[in-house]
Amino acid sequence: MSSNTDATRYCEDVVKKFVLAAIFWGVVGFLAGDFIAWQLAFPALNLDLEWTSFGRLRPVHTSAVIFAFGGNILFSTSLYVVQRTSRAELFGGRGLGNFIFWNFQALIVVAALTYVLGFTSGQEYAEPEWWIDLWLTVIWVAYLIAFAGTIMKRKEPHIYVANWFFFSMILTVAMLHLGNNLAVPAALFGGSLMKSYNVFGGVQNAMTQWWYGHNAVGFFLTAGFLAMMYYFVPKRAERPVYSYRLSIVHFWALIFLYIWAGPHHLHYTALPDWAQTLGMTFSIMLWMPSWGGMINGLMTLSGAWDKLRTDPVMRFLVTSVAFYGMSTFEGPMMSIKAVNSLSHYTDWTVGHVHSGALGWVAFVTFGSLYYLVPKLWGRKEVYSLKLVGTHFWVATIGVVLYITAMWISGIMQGLMWRAYDSMGFLQYSFIETVEAMHPYYVIRALGGLLFVLGALVMVYNFVKTIKGDVAEESLAPAASGAR
Amino acid sequence: MTLESIVEFLRSLWGLWLMVLFLGIVFYAFRPGNKTRLESYGDIPLRDEDKER
Repeated sequence: MSSNTDATRYCEDVVKKFVLAAIFWGVVGFLAGDFIAWQLAFPALNLDLEWTSFGRLRPVHTSAVIFAFGGNILFSTSLYVVQRTSRAELFGGRGLGNFIFWNFQALIVVAALTYVLGFTSGQEYAEPEWWIDLWLTVIWVAYLIAFAGTIMKRKEPHIYVANWFFFSMILTVAMLHLGNNLAVPAALFGGSLMKSYNVFGGVQNAMTQWWYGHNAVGFFLTAGFLAMMYYFVPKRAERPVYSYRLSIVHFWALIFLYIWAGPHHLHYTALPDWAQTLGMTFSIMLWMPSWGGMINGLMTLSGAWDKLRTDPVMRFLVTSVAFYGMSTFEGPMMSIKAVNSLSHYTDWTVGHVHSGALGWVAFVTFGSLYYLVPKLWGRKEVYSLKLVGTHFWVATIGVVLYITAMWISGIMQGLMWRAYDSMGFLQYSFIETVEAMHPYYVIRALGGLLFVLGALVMVYNFVKTIKGDVAEESLAPAASGAR
Repeated sequence: MTLESIVEFLRSLWGLWLMVLFLGIVFYAFRPGNKTRLESYGDIPLRDEDKER
């Protein structure tokens, strides 16, 4: 199936590599995350080694899941979708594709090593030091050329909406990366190669950081993955998106609003009040495009809702869109200053991030992969749809355990911090709030463990699929009306 | 009133211009005359399948 004889030839070799890398880094990132979750519950797991302390492993986890897992899946799906919907072969072909692939994988390894060894630029989610940032810039420009070049030689007159989302992701991430990493290397003044100083200081640095941080969520983890929704949900449901016109409005509303929402990370700080209110206002306005997009994704199934029962791949995709709706409801709510005064710096934020990251980003990725892997390796379907169902339920229970534990622990933590006794003294010492969170940390780590196990089921399923095996249950005729 | 001062005043209303631009996009997307053409673009990913078989 991957070899088109009569029509356009697509460059799928690179797409396959990115898919395999995404799966590999996904498992690594999930494992790292669950390990540090256990560290929070049982600090002895820091192992008394500097390299395995929470502070160093946390950026390994966040970078592995966001940039290594998320990045590779964005590379693979964007380069797949842009070729398919443009009816054109990848610009630059295998050569450029391989250049991007191998450099990106090497960069991931180098960046992770520097974190473990204790080097960081100190910008959250942008921890690599200055020369790694420059290296990434080269890779990203190569990616931009491959993507835009493919669009420019398209045979399809219209640029499909998924490509708009991908393109906005590429351009905005370039801008964010350069803006947030403006730093002066200490090496220029005879210092170490592994040290740099950001050109901004104080609150300017904080604002730049969260302009970057929030838009990394908005464009890397939202726009890019919405592009996947706009391609893979219609493909799997075998029907066009519910409303193409709504998708146009969805796109532009997201573009106009997201970039302003960053200041909500800095409520009640040295950031001027007007900037905080601006960030809050734009965050609340984001409700509209987010829910417009969610409705568009979900309603694509209208008239085919039975697929939700019969097709576990569809179940992953639909659940991801539902999680998208839920976390984009929660987010604006938490950006309201009164709510934020309770939620900020607590586990509630961590729970919110993971309902988006696990429920939306990872689930839409799993759904897309279950469609894409058989397609790329020329199989009719994955090895076992039953195992897809297993993965779905194990992972869903994991996510639900995770986010409910963090809701309870976060709200409790916030309430304990602000509790006063009758004399006006703080009622709890800090360590008492930490002790109170212990059971929820254990529940969270168990939820994370289930999520890792689900991913391992997926890996097994893909290994069998790529080998060309078909599970017995798929060969047997449908036993009853269940299918 | 110089041209510069008019430009300065209009520039200060940037939020309004962006809003007008956005409402223009909404109008363009939902104008009944554009319906058939825009909705037909939704088929782009699905038409790809036919070529393969």
